[in-house]
Order: sequence, then C-alpha cells, then structure tokens
Amino acid sequence: MASRARPLNLPATALAALLLALVAAPLAAVALRGAGLSFGSADWAAVRFTLLQATLSALLSTLLAIPVARALARRRFPGRGALIVLMGAPFLLPAVVAVLGLLAIFGRTGLLNAGLQTLGLPAISIYGLQGVLLAHVFLNLPLAVRMILQGWLTIPAERIRLAQSLGFGPAEISHHLERPMLREVLPGVALVILIICLTSFAVVLTLGGGPRATTIELAIYQAVRFDFDLSRAAGLAGLQVAICAVAALAAWAIVRPAAFGAGLDRATALPAPGGWRCGADALALSAATLFLLLPLLAVVLRGLPGLTDLPASVLPAAGRSILVALASATLATVAALTLALAAAARPSALVEGAATLPLATSGLVLGTGLFLIVQPFTPPMTVALPVTILVNTALTLPYLYRILLPETRALQVDYGRLADSLSMSGWPRLRWLVLPRLARPIGFGAGVAAALSMGDLGVITLFAGERQATLPLVVQQLTGAYRIEAAASAALILVTLSFALFWACDAGGRRAAA
Amino acid sequence: MKTTLLAAGLATIALPALAETLVLTVLTYDSFTSEWGPGPAVEAAFEATCACDLQFVPAGDGAALLARIQLEGAASEADIVLGLDTSLTAAAAATGLFAPHGITATTALPVAFEDPLFLPFDWGWFAFVHDRTRLAEAPKSFEALAASDLKIVIQDPRSSTPGLGLLLWVKAAYGDRAAEVWAALADNIVTVTPGWSEAYGLFLEGEADMVLSYTTSPAYHLIVESDDNKAAALFDEGQYLQIEVAGKLAATDQPALADQFLAFMLTDAFQAAIPQTNWMYPAVTPAAGLPEGFDTFRPAKSLLLSPEEAQAVRDVALAEWQAALAR
Repeated sequence: MASRARPLNLPATALAALLLALVAAPLAAVALRGAGLSFGSADWAAVRFTLLQATLSALLSTLLAIPVARALARRRFPGRGALIVLMGAPFLLPAVVAVLGLLAIFGRTGLLNAGLQTLGLPAISIYGLQGVLLAHVFLNLPLAVRMILQGWLTIPAERIRLAQSLGFGPAEISHHLERPMLREVLPGVALVILIICLTSFAVVLTLGGGPRATTIELAIYQAVRFDFDLSRAAGLAGLQVAICAVAALAAWAIVRPAAFGAGLDRATALPAPGGWRCGADALALSAATLFLLLPLLAVVLRGLPGLTDLPASVLPAAGRSILVALASATLATVAALTLALAAAARPSALVEGAATLPLATSGLVLGTGLFLIVQPFTPPMTVALPVTILVNTALTLPYLYRILLPETRALQVDYGRLADSLSMSGWPRLRWLVLPRLARPIGFGAGVAAALSMGDLGVITLFAGERQATLPLVVQQLTGAYRIEAAASAALILVTLSFALFWACDAGGRRAAA
Repeated sequence: MKTTLLAAGLATIALPALAETLVLTVLTYDSFTSEWGPGPAVEAAFEATCACDLQFVPAGDGAALLARIQLEGAASEADIVLGLDTSLTAAAAATGLFAPHGITATTALPVAFEDPLFLPFDWGWFAFVHDRTRLAEAPKSFEALAASDLKIVIQDPRSSTPGLGLLLWVKAAYGDRAAEVWAALADNIVTVTPGWSEAYGLFLEGEADMVLSYTTSPAYHLIVESDDNKAAALFDEGQYLQIEVAGKLAATDQPALADQFLAFMLTDAFQAAIPQTNWMYPAVTPAAGLPEGFDTFRPAKSLLLSPEEAQAVRDVALAEWQAALAR
C-alpha cells in the first residue's frame, strides 16, 4: 500500500545513521581527548579565508560550466564523446599532481609566462588567491560540466519537439526549458564544489603563497601537529561540518524540481542555433578544452621519461589501490542509490545531511579519530585496508548521491505512481525500472567514486603498515626520497589507472542506457 | 622428494620457534621505512645480530611521530621512536613516555649533544639549495637574500619539520630582529608548501631560484644523477642544525631488545646506511668514511637552539612569521 506520507525505509534510515555516526564518532573521539576549547583570531581568519575561497571557487566553477555544458548538449561534432570523457580527467587528479600540471602552464617558468615574455608583457603570478581559484576551477569544472550536461540530457525529447513546433527561439527555449532545469541542477553542483573546496588542503597551501591563505584544514593541522591541541582540532573540524550543513540546507531549500514530466525516451538533439551562438559555443568549448587538457598533457609528458625504470613496488601498490577503489566504489554506489531512492520518494533532511556531511569532515580529524577508536582493540596497521575502503566509501558517496539525485527524483515523479499501481517493488522494480533508467548516472557516479578513491591518500597515511602502501603513498614516498622523475611516472600510472576505471564505469553506464 | 619431506618436517618444528621470536617495533617517519630509505638495510643488519623480528611502523614525518605517540600514550605497540628532531624533543620528553637510554656515545656531531632520553642517529644542516646553471652566485646571508629579487620556496612550519627548522634558524640568528628579517624576506617567498617534497619539486620544476633543504641535497644529485650543478648556499649567520634522534618508550615490553637496538644504532652497520639513503650525515662516521659530495658544503658555523629554548620560542616565532608573511 503506497500512501502519501510514506515513511523513510529502514535500510536508508540505517545507512544515513551509520554515515552520520562515521562523521560524528571520530570527531567525538578526538574532542574527548582534548580539554577546553578556545578559538584564536588566527582561527577566525582561517574560517573567513576558507569561506571566501570555497564560495568563489564554487561560483566560478559552476558559472563557467554552464556555457560549456550547453555547447556540449546542443552541438554534434566528431570526437564529442571522447572530449566529454577526457574533460572529466582533471577532477580525478590527485591534488599534488594537478598542481604540478598547472604550474607547467601557469607557473613562473610555464608556457603562459614564456609566451608573455616573448611578447614583452609582464609576467603573471599564479601564487595567491588567484592560483587557488584557478586550481579549484581546473579540478572542479569537469565535475560541474558533467553534472549540468546530465541535466540537459534529462529534458525529454517531447518537450524539445513541442518547443520547436511552437516556434521557440533560443531565448524561449532558455526560459521554458533550460532555466527550470538549471534551477534544479545548479544548487547541488555548487554545493558539492563548495564543500570540496572547504576541505581542500594541498592545493590551497601550495598555491596560496603563504600564511594569508590559511584554511580551516591547515588550522586543524596546526592544532594536531604543532600544538597537539585536540579539542581545538575537533572544534575546528566541527565548525567545518557545521558550515557544510548550513550550505547543504540552503541548497536543499533552493532546489525546485523542474517537473518536465515523462517522455518516451526518443532521442532528439536540442536545436543548435546558428549565428553568434554558434561562435560562442565554439569559443566555450575550445577555451575549456585548452584550459583542461594542456595541464593534463603536461602531467603525461612529465611522467613519460621515468616509465622505463619504475621501482617494482609500484605494481603491488597499484593492485592494492585498484582493490580499494573497486570495493569502495561498489559499496558507495549501493549506498548512494539506496539513499537517493529514499530521498526521491520522500524528501528527508536526515538523508540529505548524511549524504553530504562526510565530504566536509577533515581528513586529519577523521583519520585521527578512527585511529583513537580502533587502537584499544587492534593495532591500527592490521585494519589499514578495510578502514581505507570504509572511509573512501563515505567520502565518495556524496558525489554519487548528487549525481544520482536529480534523475532519481525525475524517475520517481514520472514513473513512481505507475510502478506503485502495478505493485512493482523490490528487485523487479530495481531490475526493470530503476537500473535501466539510471544506468547513465550510475555508471558516471561509480566511475567518479572509483577514480577518487584510487587517488585519495585519505587515512592510509595514519594506518598503513610497512608493506601496505597504496599507489598515492608510493608517489609520496618517491618524492620524499628525491626521486622526482620516478614519482612523476608513478603519478602518471596512478592517473591512467584512475582514468581507466572511470572510463570503464562511465562507458558501461552509457552503453546500458543506450 | 626426501628433501621436500625433510623441509616440511623441519618447517613444522621451526614454526613454534618462529612464533616465539621476539618482535621489536620501531615507530619512525615514512621516508625512513620506504624502499629508498635506510629501513630495509637497517632491518636486515639488525635481524642478523638479534635473532628477533624488527618491525617498522611508518607514521608521516617527525612532527606526525610526536602527535602519534601522544595519541597512543602508554598503550603504544612501539618500543622505540626514531626520527624526532631537537625542535620536538622537549615536547616529547614532557609526555613522560620515554625512558633513559643510559648510553654514552662519541658522535661526529658539530656541536656537543647530550640528552638522557634521546640518542642522535643522524644530522644535517638546513640550507637553501640552488642550481648553478640558473643562479651562478648565491647570496651569503638572509639579509642579502632579502635584498635580492631572488625567489625562494619554503615549507610551512605548522606542517613540516624543515619549515619549523627555518623558523628556529632565523630566530637563532636574529633573535628579536627575526620579525624584521621575515618582513624583508616576504617578497622573496614564492610560496609556502605543506612539506619538503612539494617544495623541492617546485624548485626542480623551476618555480623558484632556491629551496629550503639540506647542505647534503646536492650530494644526491651528484651521486645518483651525476649532476654537479646543484649547490647549497652557506650563510654568514651560520647554518641551523637538524639532529635526528631516537628514544626508548618507557612502556616497552622489550626493554633489553630496545637497548640492544639503540646500541646497534650507533654501529657501522646502521650508520653506513644513512648517507646514501637518508641523505644526512651519520651520527658516527662509518669506517669507510663519507661518500663524495658530503664535504663540499661545510659551513664554518653551526646554529642550534637547545630543545628547551626551541620549545620556548616557537610559538612567538610562529606568530612573527605569520604576521610578517600575512601582509
């Protein structure tokens, strides 16, 4: 019996509670070890800077992604599919690798400054807020483009044909179709990027140019490592989660379902207007391609020379990383789908919070807290890989959830009542309705999750024993031992594997949807 | 076939004996245990003498080690902590978790060093490293560096031990004038990185003329890459020392084995592994001497604050650093 006030289903409630516990328990464990809490003026400065850079990064990434996604949605050209996949790559880069790629283009001796010098123009500096924003847009624009493009693809063909038969021009299409879609999609996109940037650490520190660019995460580092003030660390981490919660609630309040209604899944491309719009689309696409692919090319070129004499330990480390990535991506996909289906059936602040807050947890506090929880029972080394899988699952779930949610909601609105009236539930509903209709976002989301857990150092640094290094840890060890060239090659292998995992999942999803 | 059976039989006898093998757990920084660090050689050499199993537990860098033992407290599995430096030992001693080592050692350190809880295993001088093909003549003091328009990259003292070392270096050289020196240096600093490896990577990519590292860094390029263009700038103020130490945890369940390891640490078998894996000076010069390049950049003057002084000034020094660079 499907009633209107359907209660949240049990698995989703349990999952949400588990996720919230995973955020809260390490925080509490760290807080309990400390005594008394006091924030200094430096901490508030860190909070202000963090908010500033994260907000600007989110706005810039989201706004710049709109023209790129629209151009991809309404233009057809050879290599379009490959471009869409390849443009996703920067998002999957480990931060340190991305920074070195960006420096090859925008650094003091990078391509851009070399060009400016030949023209006799003054050099530009990447270090400072501008560099932080540049790197965050580089890393997050791909995610934003893909999420917004997904939105464009969900506009049913029937609405587009109706618009065409009514003689809508680009302006009317924008007003009646695109804007409602954007209104639904953009808050979620901006929110995810805002939260990613809230906890960004290595990028901000390396490109920030000095203590002006101190973020909350760095203040947490200082509290744990410099002052051993665990209560301050927990307090700052709590503050970070609170900021994220406020942002999540705000985004949740803004979202309005676009309510296009169901279509018959006929493929109709959006009309591709000519004139200046054609030029604008070409410009958006070529600018984005250059911006995203040049640094990526630099990463590849840096890594090539050392490939021939890589240390043997790269192989088992790569194996461990793939294992972690596949395990956590599978878990995260199942969990995110459960939560998204529950939230689509019945809006729930609990689910929304549980699926968002893990992103905002401080990596250092999460690791330290889990360490404190685990240590009385077993030497942390013995559970390094399970803990890494668990944490990566929790940390990648929010991306998956955001990617799945808009289409899951549309699915519920368009087909929910029909399925209910047919008493279609459980496995048959999943098999014949949900999985086929959501194959595309599931494939994309699982790919993102797999690639992210591949490149994430996360808690492994606190837990890893002597022979348990994952690939990102080996990259770090190589740079720590002066072996910069070998590190660049190991990083290239890491990036290639991440990308291969992403591509396999993404292409699988699109094939299943086709 | 017979030998296989015999081997299998021997293995069954050997297994219970193996299970009783004593285990010595050494908590150390990550790069010590990596394939390219001293760990593998040290492990093999010690296990050949001790009939025990030496296990390293890697934990980030020096500062992460201190946080780790504070987290673990007396419940720690570790018997030895190896890799703290003298800017951290006062805080480490204050935890009350360490036991006296009882060893009087003759070391090759350029300054007198005596600590009842901590024994040095290697040391080095911090220095700004440059590439002579890009910068032929390096400045000879902090003030000359500040007056130049050279670009340097340094590490954040809040997340990196070399970064903290630089903070103490400027404090030891300039005392109350440290804030002034930092203010003058501010426009030379391209950026501040979370750790040594990011900074060194940026320098090698050409993002800065000089990087904060060690006087022994050029030796790596010389020995491994046959590149003799890297050089360390020696400053008139003197170079600040980093002395890396190990200590025995009071709560160890293997006190005798821990003592044996600390004594072993100062023998040739351990010390000879240091120069070309950790790229630092060994605390006791091995019989074979030092590899080439280790005598090229030897400063006339060494600076070092005592652990207590370092502990006392670091909060003030950090505040001065933050204030000067935040402008």
